[in-house]
Amino acid sequence: MHTNPASPLLQLDDIKIAYGGIQAVKGVSLELYKGEMVCLIGANGAGKTTTLNAISGTLGVASGSITYDGEDIGAMPTHKRLRKGIALVPEGRGIFTRLTVEENLRMGAYIRNDTAGIEADLERVYTMLPRVKERLAQVAGTLSGGEQQMVAIGRALLSQPKLLLLDEPSMGLAPLVVEKIFEVVQTVKDEGVTILLVEQNANLALEFAQRGYVMESGKLTLTGTGKELLADPKVRAAYLGE
Amino acid sequence: METLLQQIVNGLVVGSVYALVALGYTMVYGILGLINFAHGEVVMIGALTALQTLLILMGVAPDMAPLLKLAIAVLVAMPVCMILGFLMERLAYRRLRGAPRLAPLITAIGMSFLLQTLAMIIWGRNYHTFPQLISTAPMQPIPGVFVTPVQVAIVIVSALVMAGLILLVTKTRLGRAMRATAENHRVAALMGVDTNAIIALTFVIGAGLAAVAGVMFASNYGIAHYAMGFMPGLKAFTAAVLGGIGNLGGAMLGGIVLGLVEAVGAGYIETMTFGFLNSSYQDIFAFVILGIVLIFRPTGLLGERVSDRA
Repeated sequence: MHTNPASPLLQLDDIKIAYGGIQAVKGVSLELYKGEMVCLIGANGAGKTTTLNAISGTLGVASGSITYDGEDIGAMPTHKRLRKGIALVPEGRGIFTRLTVEENLRMGAYIRNDTAGIEADLERVYTMLPRVKERLAQVAGTLSGGEQQMVAIGRALLSQPKLLLLDEPSMGLAPLVVEKIFEVVQTVKDEGVTILLVEQNANLALEFAQRGYVMESGKLTLTGTGKELLADPKVRAAYLGE
Repeated sequence: METLLQQIVNGLVVGSVYALVALGYTMVYGILGLINFAHGEVVMIGALTALQTLLILMGVAPDMAPLLKLAIAVLVAMPVCMILGFLMERLAYRRLRGAPRLAPLITAIGMSFLLQTLAMIIWGRNYHTFPQLISTAPMQPIPGVFVTPVQVAIVIVSALVMAGLILLVTKTRLGRAMRATAENHRVAALMGVDTNAIIALTFVIGAGLAAVAGVMFASNYGIAHYAMGFMPGLKAFTAAVLGGIGNLGGAMLGGIVLGLVEAVGAGYIETMTFGFLNSSYQDIFAFVILGIVLIFRPTGLLGERVSDRA
């Protein structure tokens, strides 16, 4: 199924996650190879966000293992996982609303010490997201949803991730803005960053991703290339509104 | 007129000490949503540690310059209080991070009793004379208005310490991480911030400020004892609420305003009540203010967004 014979960059092996008395993820196994863009689609409450949170470390797993770059990271705290190259753009963007736009972006580079490199990467983010540059001194809470999403993605890129986890980047945004954001995601992918994308907008996600997984009530029920899933009658019925 | 000016001077002095202590309350509240009621006791531990250091210094090096002695005393009291702040967080509050809000609050009150009792065991129940190492001989910059060198030193040192803190919080990478953590622990961790370390550091900085404040209180009044932290602690908490809890500028403003109201009030309370109450009832003002603020402007003078953390 996958073209890359090397060992995966990320491997989830039968992870189970429970919180608030609910078993949100009931044994998920998946793998991601370097340079891939893979999407995870499914209905609200299927456990997609929970899975991403477990990979980034903001939620612990009850059982199963998470292997990243050959290392078991299941017990590693979130801030150390970022240093290993795993960045999450959280659901709802997670902007620091009381910090300025520039401060938000610089928080993305918190783990770095190479001043010149940070400045260069900031410039790169500004060229990718020109609307962000006009608002650097503004308190980030005053930005529109689309602008906040761009800041959130730009901020994640400043940590120089190897694996970028995107949680519903299109949520609540106008189609034009979504298009712009996916252009940026495509650029990032083309630069060799591995991407795991969670989306409710299955059509959009499957169009961009090489492979996809379908998640239902805490389990992966289907997997295939983006094209295969787009053509799958079950997927079309359940997630593409046909 | 002279009474008013004199009380304004006194108010500024006490107010700047309140402000230093209020910063400790407000920083911890900003980052954890916790009112650390034991913070006043850190002020007391700072004062008594400084006193102990001074007594030892006077024994071993009686000829040392008084200012140098005082500086050494502060430099001993600060790390002692910082370690105390670190231990409080690490041993008590961190374990209660996810607990219902009442649990850490009650723990903080328990911590306050614990520290007072500990200080009582070490230093006894008596009032100790705190050596006056900076001259308390009053100067008269304006006829009829008295200012002592201690008071001048207190205002200058507080202003410098507060300016330093503002720079740290607004201009440095560490300060940015502190503000980010205060707003959202989880996302700050996603940026690579070790939020536990930042929270511990917040306690440590607050405790360092409290140590300085403790030495100031003791120097100003010439007295130190095991329960001296309680009332200034409550007043500084009031100052933090008055300014808008969680807001650094608010804590500073609240401290100064509270000091002024209290001092000016104390100057006139006898006239206002036709001799019924004298200036030893000045504590009334702080708590009347607390009541008024909580009723009419619960967010404080500069505060916003209390609702999103309550």
